[in-house]
Amino acid sequence: MKKLLGGFLALAMGLAIAGASAEDKLKVGFIYVGPVGDHGWTYQHDQGRLALEQALGDKVTTTFIESVSEGPDAERAIERLARDGHGLIFTTSFGFMESTLKVAERFPEVKFEHATGYKQAPNVATYSARFYEGRYVIGQIAARTSKTGIAGYIASFPIPEVVSGINAFMLGAQSVNPEFKLKVVWVNSWYDPGKEADAAKVLIGQGADIITQHTDSSAPLQIAEAQGAHGFGQASDMIKFAPKAQLTSILDNWADYYVERTKAVLDGTWASGDVWGGMAAGMVRMATYTNLPEDVAKAAAETEARIKSGELLVFAGPIKKQDGSVAVEAGKSLPDPDILGMNWYVAGVDDTLPQ
Amino acid sequence: MRLVLERRTESSPRMLLLSPLLAIGLTLASGAVIFSSLGLDPLLALAVYFVEPLSSLWSIEELIVKAAPLVLIGAGLAVCYLANVWNIGAEGQFTAGAIAGSIIPVMFHGWQSPAVLPAMLLLGAAGGMAYGAIPAFLKNRFGANEILTSLMLVYVAQLGLDWLVRGPWRDPAGFNFPQSVAFEGWQALPTWGGGRVHLGALLALVAVAVLAVVLSRTLRGFEIRVLGRAPRAGGFAGFGRERAVRFCFLVSGGLAGLAGICEVAGPSGQLQPTISPGYGFTAIIVAFLGRLNPVGVLLAGLLLGVSYLGGEAAQATLGVSDKIVRVFQGILLVSILACDTLIVYRIRIVARIGRT
Amino acid sequence: MGALEAVILTIITASTPLLIAAIGELVAERSGVLNLGVEGMMAIGAVSGFGAALVTGSPGLGILAGIGAGAGLSLLFAFLTLTLAANQVATGLALTLLGLGLAGLIGEPLVGQPGVKLAPVVLGLDVLVFASFLLTAAVAYVLFRTRLGLVIRAVGTSHHSAHALGHGVIAVRYGCVMFGGACAGLAGAYLSLAYTPQWIETMTAGRGWIALALVVFASWRPWRVAIGAYLFGTVTILGFYVQASGIGIPSQFLSSLPYLVTIAALVALSGKGTFTRINTPACLGQSFVPDR
Repeated sequence: MKKLLGGFLALAMGLAIAGASAEDKLKVGFIYVGPVGDHGWTYQHDQGRLALEQALGDKVTTTFIESVSEGPDAERAIERLARDGHGLIFTTSFGFMESTLKVAERFPEVKFEHATGYKQAPNVATYSARFYEGRYVIGQIAARTSKTGIAGYIASFPIPEVVSGINAFMLGAQSVNPEFKLKVVWVNSWYDPGKEADAAKVLIGQGADIITQHTDSSAPLQIAEAQGAHGFGQASDMIKFAPKAQLTSILDNWADYYVERTKAVLDGTWASGDVWGGMAAGMVRMATYTNLPEDVAKAAAETEARIKSGELLVFAGPIKKQDGSVAVEAGKSLPDPDILGMNWYVAGVDDTLPQ
Repeated sequence: MRLVLERRTESSPRMLLLSPLLAIGLTLASGAVIFSSLGLDPLLALAVYFVEPLSSLWSIEELIVKAAPLVLIGAGLAVCYLANVWNIGAEGQFTAGAIAGSIIPVMFHGWQSPAVLPAMLLLGAAGGMAYGAIPAFLKNRFGANEILTSLMLVYVAQLGLDWLVRGPWRDPAGFNFPQSVAFEGWQALPTWGGGRVHLGALLALVAVAVLAVVLSRTLRGFEIRVLGRAPRAGGFAGFGRERAVRFCFLVSGGLAGLAGICEVAGPSGQLQPTISPGYGFTAIIVAFLGRLNPVGVLLAGLLLGVSYLGGEAAQATLGVSDKIVRVFQGILLVSILACDTLIVYRIRIVARIGRT
Repeated sequence: MGALEAVILTIITASTPLLIAAIGELVAERSGVLNLGVEGMMAIGAVSGFGAALVTGSPGLGILAGIGAGAGLSLLFAFLTLTLAANQVATGLALTLLGLGLAGLIGEPLVGQPGVKLAPVVLGLDVLVFASFLLTAAVAYVLFRTRLGLVIRAVGTSHHSAHALGHGVIAVRYGCVMFGGACAGLAGAYLSLAYTPQWIETMTAGRGWIALALVVFASWRPWRVAIGAYLFGTVTILGFYVQASGIGIPSQFLSSLPYLVTIAALVALSGKGTFTRINTPACLGQSFVPDR
């Protein structure tokens, strides 16, 4: 027994030494909240990681730990990577915020990048994308193509990112049809195909012929496909799940950011900060416009270009809240902190925001 | 050829000790098969999985952090299962305890005094007990199956916590993100060493010691064991089934609640929508692997802790999927149940003769 | 499609997997075996059905694979609890863990693949919806109108008497447990082939446990299981309707409603002295080791 244990230990040590031979390369770690195969949020982050290996493969090695639950386990997973000699660690979910900061304090020489959070430290930067810009575009498409004038919105959790997405969608739709209606169903999950499918069926049953979602599975699109409705992909291009139903998809693109930040660490120019990139930065992109009349596709591409150039601001006034009060005055635009903490609906949304 | 079970005249003490070791051996063997089918060197993979977590001070500290809630909950569940009371809703009682204990730091955030922490722990235990009392009451009063009611209540508790942290208990300074204020000063559990080992580990040891004495030295412990083994005999002896159900649910619920508040006030430091990676369910394995004996639960909790940490190590070092953790835990429980047969029965292989 | 029609269709597809899984578990419990591993067997059935359909392109073969996988996993349960006389509750829990873990591991390359959908045949309903009712009728018939059913119930009510009468207690229970496993596997395959044609680890989402509750709720009567399954499906779907119509009830409350309803139903139907007591298989959950 003792001998066997000794053998194990020797093996484990051998492994540690084998790991050390790649020491001259920068080790970049990723902590994912879901499985890499979710075809949504985590999948796109992993695409970014693969792009990073592609671009800087001779200078970096990458590691990831998937399906890390948000809570005490996250801290250990992050610390494991830090102890393993990683020089740069991306933690890709909001719920990793406190854990990232705690580990960062113990490993001041390691650089951390936390997605969608709002707390920085000298060695912790934050980054996120302005997904709401894409939702404005799909809101316009919805209003232009819907025959019933009603869209269904499958939402995950009432956090500001989701709420601002609903509002952006509604503002886009209202810019085309002020009478447009939006029904919202909260499924309380980021990924539950069964629930998302049920919600899609219910929404279609209530007259919605356009389904959009802020959840990560392709189930709602599949339902839209089966029932002759239309919808939009989420995070990644989901056209293969719904070749007839998908109109376009909002794509998260982290690749450029990951390459850029890794280069900064290699050059020694890395500094903490907060990046909130949208279409202009290429962090948010639209998939090919399909299954659309030509004029609608053209209008969508134009809107996309205007957002990209900064000519069109999604949350530019005048915007009224649901209760009729003024949210943004004409001629002004909502500042970033207010978008980041959004907890009200624009007028016209047919739902009560969970408080 | 078929297997025939022969009841031993008395439980084999040798098998009592050998059975868990045999089960662990079976699990390791299955693990080797799985790893080699994934194209990995099985010995190396097992070394990473089961030895690495014990190879540094940091990971041993982390192991204790991970095992503490498992042991706390598992010890309570062991009492239940000894008495044939099937509480499988410890996850819900854990959540209820975390919520109840958090009342002070969330609603009275400014209150700082040495009394805060004990009050939080008491509230946490009380919350778990109250939540555990529901299936006990439904069982005793209406005969409702406690397996199902306690399990359904898990979902209800988790949704309740979700509602609280996204709604009324949300940190007002937190940009509407779903989390409570961070616990500060006296509201956080004291830790030892350089890492995260906290008071919960000590409480787990105390719980194990107390339950070990209660079960082996007191009338109540005797009552539980008799009711578990021979309910009718227990009835003749005047031991009430209802009283045992109540007692078991209160003890296990209280311990699960205590584990809940320790987890939130310790490693988490705040309430979040998800506070447990399924401790309440894993603790069921811990209870069985520990032979429904508090001291055994302590060892089993540590072993299950290793299985979690090893899963992470295997993922980071070898790129093995995290799903392997649950497979290992399942195989471990299956093996231990299979091997336990050897304690009470002798297995013989006989030629087929007649029908059973 | 009319709004009402849509509601009914949604409720039917939500209820079918529950009905199939519960009817299988009912047979196992009638023979005196409590298999808590339904959730794990469903997961294995779902992943096997999905994978087989994806490889062969045939949903029919997928369904067979799901049935086979569920029955296969239940065989492990049967060996442990019947041959080795292991504790049924604990073994059932182990089966759930193992089933979910294995399904996740096997299914890893399948995540995010568009699946093969079981096409509807009549009125937007697929063949399994009709099969679930046939299954219920068949189980009701066999259990209460045939000799086999009499033997199954005898084994579940008093294994010692059944054994003394010369019935093979262990053999009957093996058969019933595997029937239950096959049904759970079929219910899983329904999820991954008809309900949402894709595979994800969490797709069973506690439905196996609901199926277990339904059996108690139905006091071990096949047609009552069908009623319970549809009641549960209706509560779940109506929750979404209430939300979509914009009434400001916390969604968490609506999500927890099916669980609360199940508890309420369990309480209402397990009241002491009612017929539940009479219907409960007396040997449920007890190991049987024949004395020779």
